[in-house]
Amino acid sequence: MTASSPKTLAAGANDPVLEIRDLSVALPTWADRPLAVKSVSLTVGRGETLCVVGESGSGKSVMARSILRLLPEPHLRIAGGQILLDGEDLAMADAPRMRQIRGGQIAMVFQEPMVALNPLMTIGRQIDEILEVHTDWGRAERRRRVIAVFEDVRLPDPEFIVGAYPHELSGGQRQRVMIAMSLVLEPKLIIADEPTTALDVTTEAQVLTLLKELQTKHGTALLFITHNFGVVAEIADRVAVMRSGELVEYGIAGDVLNNPQHPYTKALIDAVPSLVPRKHSDPAPDAPSEPILTVRGLEKTYGRSAAGPTWLTRLLPSRGRSQRGAVKAVNKVDLDIRRGSAVALVGESGSGKSTLARCLIGLEQADAGSAMIAGSEIVGLSRNAWRPLRSRVQMVFQDPFASLNPRTKVGDTIARGAILQGERPDAAMEQARNLLNLVGLDAKAAERYPHEFSGGQRQRIGIARALAVKPDILIADEPVSALDVSVQKQVLDLLDDLRRQFGLTMLFITHDLRVAAHVCEEIVVLKNGAIVERGMTAEIFANPRHEYTRTLLASVPGREWQRGRAPSPGGHQAMS
Amino acid sequence: MSSSFWIRFLGNPRVLLGLIWLALVVIGALAAPLIAPLDPFAISGKPFVQPLDGFLFGTDSLGRSVWSGLVHGARTTLLIAVIATVAAVAFGGLLGALSGFYGGRIDNLLMRITEFFQTIPSFIFAILLVAVLSPSATSVVVAIATVSWPPIARIVRAEVMSLRSREFIQAAITLGERDSVILFRQILPNALSPLIVTGSLLVATAILTESALSFLGLGAPNFMSWGFMIGAGRSFLRDAWWLVAIPGIAILLTVLSINLVGEGLNDALNPRLRTS
Repeated sequence: MTASSPKTLAAGANDPVLEIRDLSVALPTWADRPLAVKSVSLTVGRGETLCVVGESGSGKSVMARSILRLLPEPHLRIAGGQILLDGEDLAMADAPRMRQIRGGQIAMVFQEPMVALNPLMTIGRQIDEILEVHTDWGRAERRRRVIAVFEDVRLPDPEFIVGAYPHELSGGQRQRVMIAMSLVLEPKLIIADEPTTALDVTTEAQVLTLLKELQTKHGTALLFITHNFGVVAEIADRVAVMRSGELVEYGIAGDVLNNPQHPYTKALIDAVPSLVPRKHSDPAPDAPSEPILTVRGLEKTYGRSAAGPTWLTRLLPSRGRSQRGAVKAVNKVDLDIRRGSAVALVGESGSGKSTLARCLIGLEQADAGSAMIAGSEIVGLSRNAWRPLRSRVQMVFQDPFASLNPRTKVGDTIARGAILQGERPDAAMEQARNLLNLVGLDAKAAERYPHEFSGGQRQRIGIARALAVKPDILIADEPVSALDVSVQKQVLDLLDDLRRQFGLTMLFITHDLRVAAHVCEEIVVLKNGAIVERGMTAEIFANPRHEYTRTLLASVPGREWQRGRAPSPGGHQAMS
Repeated sequence: MSSSFWIRFLGNPRVLLGLIWLALVVIGALAAPLIAPLDPFAISGKPFVQPLDGFLFGTDSLGRSVWSGLVHGARTTLLIAVIATVAAVAFGGLLGALSGFYGGRIDNLLMRITEFFQTIPSFIFAILLVAVLSPSATSVVVAIATVSWPPIARIVRAEVMSLRSREFIQAAITLGERDSVILFRQILPNALSPLIVTGSLLVATAILTESALSFLGLGAPNFMSWGFMIGAGRSFLRDAWWLVAIPGIAILLTVLSINLVGEGLNDALNPRLRTS
C-alpha cells in the first residue's frame, strides 16, 4: 500500500475540513515553558490522514484536545489563533455548540480503550446513547445502525458485542468499538490520539488497516497523533512534526519520511530502530560457549487452579466460570543461554515473557521445572537462600519513573547492592560514582534525587544499579518501552556497549522486534507461555519458520519504508 | 521536605490560623505554672465570680479559677491526646505494614483482628476499657489508643501494598535487601504523607474522646481537663454560662485548628489532589 497519492494531497490542500491558524495554548505559570502549543498552523483535508508526530512533551496531544476544547481549563487555555471546522471558529464556540460538534462532527479515539469505556454499561448501550443524544431515531433504527457500524469495523458477532461489557472483549476489540463509536454519526473529522500504542503489534497492524479502509469508504478526515514513525509510514498522507509546542516540519509523508529537512526530524527518523539485524563482526570476544543459564520444563500457573472447585461450584456444576481463572503463564519452557550471548525474549502481552524473567530473578516462584544459574538450582529457593546468588543475576526494569526510590539519593541507590555484597560503604560509593560516569552521567549525580533526572537518565541510573554488583547475567525487562524514540536508541547502544565491555550475558525482554534486532544476536519467540521459535536473529528475520513469527514480522508498522531506508541510512529515496 | 512544600503549606491562610491557635495552646500548656500560678483545684476566691471581675475567666461553683483550669487542662488534654495518637500510629502502622508487606495468611489474620476492633462502637469501647482498667491517665491513653489504631492500620496496609508492587521495591528485592530494611527504609518513608495527615486528624479525635470521657467522670483523676470542667459546670449552665462555654470554645477551636492544619498538610503533600 502506498502512503500517499496525489489525489488526496490535492484534496487536502483545496478542500480543508479543519484549518488551524496560529493556534497557541498557554500553560499555567508554574510550568517549564509558557506555551504548550506555539503558533501552530495546520490543515486536514477531506478524506486525508494527517499524522502529528512528536516525543513526549511536544504538545501534540494538547493540540489535539484543544480542537475539541477538552483542555483542563483554566490551567490550560487557548491563548490565541483560530480552529476552523468548515469555516466555523471552534475557539469561539460556546458550550452547547461544542456539545453538538463533539461526536456529531468531530469524534475522538483515545489511547486506552479500557479507560475510555464505561465498565458498567453494555457496549451496545454506550453507542446507543450517542445516537439518542444526537438523532431522533427510534430504538429499532438505532439498533440497526449500531449493528451496521459494528460490521463496518469487522467486529466478530455484532449481536453478541451489543450485549457485552467492556471487560468481555479483547484490547483490539475494544479499540474497534471505540472506532465504531467515533464513526457512528459519520463525523467529518476523527481525531485519534495514539490509538494503537496500548495494543499488541499484530492487533495494531489490524487496527491501522481498518482505519485506512474505513477512511477511504466514508471519506472522513483523520488527524492521527503518534510517536511512532512506523505508524506514520503505514497510514499518513501528510506529516506534521512537533517539538516543544512548535511545528518543525510539515509536508507530504513520503518527503518527510525519506528526505527530512529539519535536523530534529532527521534525528528522530535515524533513531527508529531498523528491522535489519545488526551485523556483529566480533561475535562476543573469545566466548566460551558453555551455557550459564539452563532452564528445563519451567512452569508457572496463575489463578485458582491450585485451589480447586469451591463448595459452591460443586453444588452448582453448571456455573463453570470458576475454572476460567487458571492461566499457564509459563508452560514447560526449555532454554539454554550461553555465557556472553545476548538473547531477546520476544512476545506480545500475555506471552509469559515477563513472568519467565521474574521467575529467573526470584521475584516469582516457579511451580515446576528447573533453572540453573552457573550450576546452582534457583527454583524453590527461599529469599534468604537467593541472597548469595544476587551478584550473579540482576535486572533493569521497565518504568524508569517507578524503579528508583524517590526519597533515596542516586548514589545510595547504586551503592546499596555492593554494600549488601559486603563492600565497604565508601568504596561502594566510589564505585557508584565511576558507574555513573560509565553510563554517561556526571559523578555529581550521586548526590541528587531521582526527580531531578529525565526518563532516559533514570534508566541509565537503573542500569548502573544493576551493574554495581558485577552480575554475570543482566535481565532487561522492556527497558526502553517507556522512553522516547531518540532516547531509546541511546539507551540501547549503552546496553550494547556495556555488555561487550563487561562480557555480560543479556536476556532482553521486549515486545518490539526492531528493538530485539538492534541489541540481540539470538531471538526466542514466546506465545501463550511456550516457546514457538528460537534462533539467530538474522536467520529468523530472513526465514521465519513458525506461522506466529511470520505474523509478528509482517505486523511491524512501516516495515516497507524501513526496508527501503535501512541498507544505506544516508541515501534517500526520491518521491514526488 | 522541599521548600515548595513549606510555601504551599504556610501560604495557606487556613493553615496559618490553625497554627497560630495551636501555638497559643501549646505555649499556654507548657508555661501553665507561670501564666496561671493558682492551683486549678484550690479554692481561690468566691464561687461564681463573673469573668473579668478579679478573675480573667471568673470562678466555678467551688471558687476555683477557670483560667487556671483552662491552662492546666490544656496540658492534660494535649498530653493525653498526643501520647494516645503516637501509640495508635505506632501500633496501627506496624500492624498495617506487616499486613500489607507479607500479604496472604498474615494479612488475613491481622485484618480480621482489625475488623474485630472496628465492629465495636469506639466510644462505648473506650468507656468500657476505662471502667475496667479503673480511671487513670494511663488507662485513658490506653483506651483512646485502642479505639483509634484500626483506621491507621488500614491506611498503612493499602499504602504498603501499592508501594510493594512498585519497581524500586522489586529492585531492592533483587539486590538481596532484607525485608526489615525494605519495609522501614524504602516503603515506610514513601508512605509517610497519608500517615502524617491521618495522624494529625487523629489528635483532634483523641481530644474529643478524652473530653467526653472526662465529662462522664471517667477522666484522669487529679488532673484538670477541659472535659472535666464542662462536666463539672453543666449543672450551672443557666446561672454561670462561662463554666461550660469557655472550655467548650477551647475544645472547639483546638479541634478545628488541628483539622485545618491536617487538611493543609494533605493539600501541601498532594498538590495534584487539590480541588480549588
